[in-house]
Amino acid sequence: MKSTQNPERGTGRLVRGLGVASLGLGVPMLLRPDSVARFAGVDDSASAPALIRVVGARELIHAALCLVGPQRSVWTRVLGDAMDLAVLAAAMDGRSGERRTRVNVATAAVAGIALADVYASVRTARSQHGRGKPGPLTLEASTTVNRSPEDVYAFWRDLGNLPSFMQHLEEVTPKGDDTSHWVARGPLGKKVSWDAEITGEDPGRRLAWRSLKGADVDNAGTVHFAPAPGDRGTEVRVVLHYDVPGGLAGRAVARLFGEEPEQQVRDDLRRFKQVMETGDIVRSEILPRGTEAKRQFLQGPAQASAQTSNDGSSR
Amino acid sequence: MKAVVWEGPTKVAVKDVPDPALLNHRDAIIKVTSTAICGSDLHLYDGYIPTFMPGDIFGHEFMGEVVELGRDAGSGSSANPDGLRVGDRVVVPFPIACGACSPCQRGLTSLCENSNPNAGEAEKVMGHSPSGIFGYSHMLGGYPGGQAEYVRVPFADVGPLKVPEELSDDQVLFLTDVLPTGWMAADMCDIQRGDVVAVWGAGPVGQFACLAATQMGAAKVIVIDRVPERLELAAKHTGAHPLNYEGTSVLKELRELTAGRGPDRVIDAVGMEAHTDVTAIHAYDKAKQVAKLSTERPQALREAILSVANGGTVSIVGVYGGLVDKFPIGSLMNRSITVRTGQAHVHRYMRPLLDKIRKREIDPTFIISHHLPLAEAAKGYDMFKHKEHSCTKVVLKP
Repeated sequence: MKSTQNPERGTGRLVRGLGVASLGLGVPMLLRPDSVARFAGVDDSASAPALIRVVGARELIHAALCLVGPQRSVWTRVLGDAMDLAVLAAAMDGRSGERRTRVNVATAAVAGIALADVYASVRTARSQHGRGKPGPLTLEASTTVNRSPEDVYAFWRDLGNLPSFMQHLEEVTPKGDDTSHWVARGPLGKKVSWDAEITGEDPGRRLAWRSLKGADVDNAGTVHFAPAPGDRGTEVRVVLHYDVPGGLAGRAVARLFGEEPEQQVRDDLRRFKQVMETGDIVRSEILPRGTEAKRQFLQGPAQASAQTSNDGSSR
Repeated sequence: MKAVVWEGPTKVAVKDVPDPALLNHRDAIIKVTSTAICGSDLHLYDGYIPTFMPGDIFGHEFMGEVVELGRDAGSGSSANPDGLRVGDRVVVPFPIACGACSPCQRGLTSLCENSNPNAGEAEKVMGHSPSGIFGYSHMLGGYPGGQAEYVRVPFADVGPLKVPEELSDDQVLFLTDVLPTGWMAADMCDIQRGDVVAVWGAGPVGQFACLAATQMGAAKVIVIDRVPERLELAAKHTGAHPLNYEGTSVLKELRELTAGRGPDRVIDAVGMEAHTDVTAIHAYDKAKQVAKLSTERPQALREAILSVANGGTVSIVGVYGGLVDKFPIGSLMNRSITVRTGQAHVHRYMRPLLDKIRKREIDPTFIISHHLPLAEAAKGYDMFKHKEHSCTKVVLKP
């Protein structure tokens, strides 16, 4: 059965699992190198324990990167695997009998692990944003839209449409090739802008982009589109990565001013659904402009406000 | 324009507020000719519905004349195949529905997924959001209500239904809410031959639920309340058997009236502010509600569940707002009871009920006890809440 889970979340779990495996290998290598040498059939070599300690230390670095770093750090494990296989190949020379068998078993085990690492690495490259993601904020949200995946994808792919439902975006200007210029309202009313490029495109299924070098706020995102079961339309899953100025502290400060990022993405998606299904952002008198952040959080009484006018529904 | 504005618990005032304006292309502006105070407005009036703010305008039962149409509001729909025009006389369903999302297309219009711009608020309280509702708190959209001279109606191509000139406002006004709500309450019971139906609450929704149950073929309908005039009204106009719970045990009486079986279908048309003559339970519920440990006083619902026959159906249309205490889940589970609930999907009942009114099969005007000018809204709320002067339904005229 096809999983309805966010595919990026699955990749994340796999990478973290491999990180735990690194931890499990690294600790005994550091503490009990003699036992490891015996197990791998290289206990006849005087330099083996020292080398095993070095490899153990390296495994701990892999573990740290995979557990708390970006998903793409699983590539470091592939490099490590290549080094280990080279060392084991050298160890096969001049060994025979039971030691040779142990070296072979160890080599087979490392080769198996290497396959898992390569699979995870390819997954991070394919389902993610191409060239790594900025940190530390990851936001996820999803919605179901009562339209076909082709329609929903086409509207999103026309990047100029994004500001019509994303409350912090002011303008997105596509520029012929796969790049575009974005202008957004940042926290505290500050304007931020950046250029972005499409890093992955699978029409009707997936669209990934990321900001180019020199962006005010480094960011990347992927939208996954999948048919909902039983003709229920299209499931839209968004994963965004932001580098909020000031990191986690910046996020806390932004929250003080009522900018709750997770809720913001969910609200953006709700407005996306409104536009796709009804052709417009639904306004009420307390939210006459539909996407203005301040009004979403600080709401006055629900009565017609004096400054609303008939041109409020343009777009 | 003038509008009925909430100023705090049990305080309403008629105030000058700005006129509504078109905000979306599918909006219409309606000049209100008649609007009613609904039993569920009393929960707002008393301050029990979260996110209703001082300054908010009341009213989700209203009708009137179209005075302005957005660019796309006049196109045809299943409600009005010829489309809406300025000057049309319409009744407006209280849930706001877009007509395009999946629930709307399945006829579940009070669950429209697009009409609540504040759905995030409702999700915090309820997990998922229902549709937006006129004049019913920010959690349900923050739309100004129709107890006003003018009101903006979103998705006007889908909601408002044109009504024939020969029918008076009083005859068609209740198509907006209480009539379809009462009808849906009985409809959800799926009444079979020989069924006994018990209805808690002889307010307007309870009255119409009795009428619907009778018309749907119930063998006997029992209506439970404590206000003698309301019970008499139900007996006279719907043929229901009145049961006054004051000074008697409802459970015992219902057991008696059904020879031990219990009513096959029960309808809760009371909701979150039930009274009971069992003083200890009432005091307990009231204390928890006042202390905000619970939002409901669900005594009618408890009795409905405990009294319903084994394998029976409980239909809930009385309004609940949040969390409930001492809910008889053991009785519900062990006795194979079906629960059906919902804010009325008004859009799907309006047309057939209008036809019944035209054919004189229903005359909903019997529930009206008072007509008042809009300016006297405060008096209307006070009278309706305390059931004074035999008050069963107040119609306000702007």
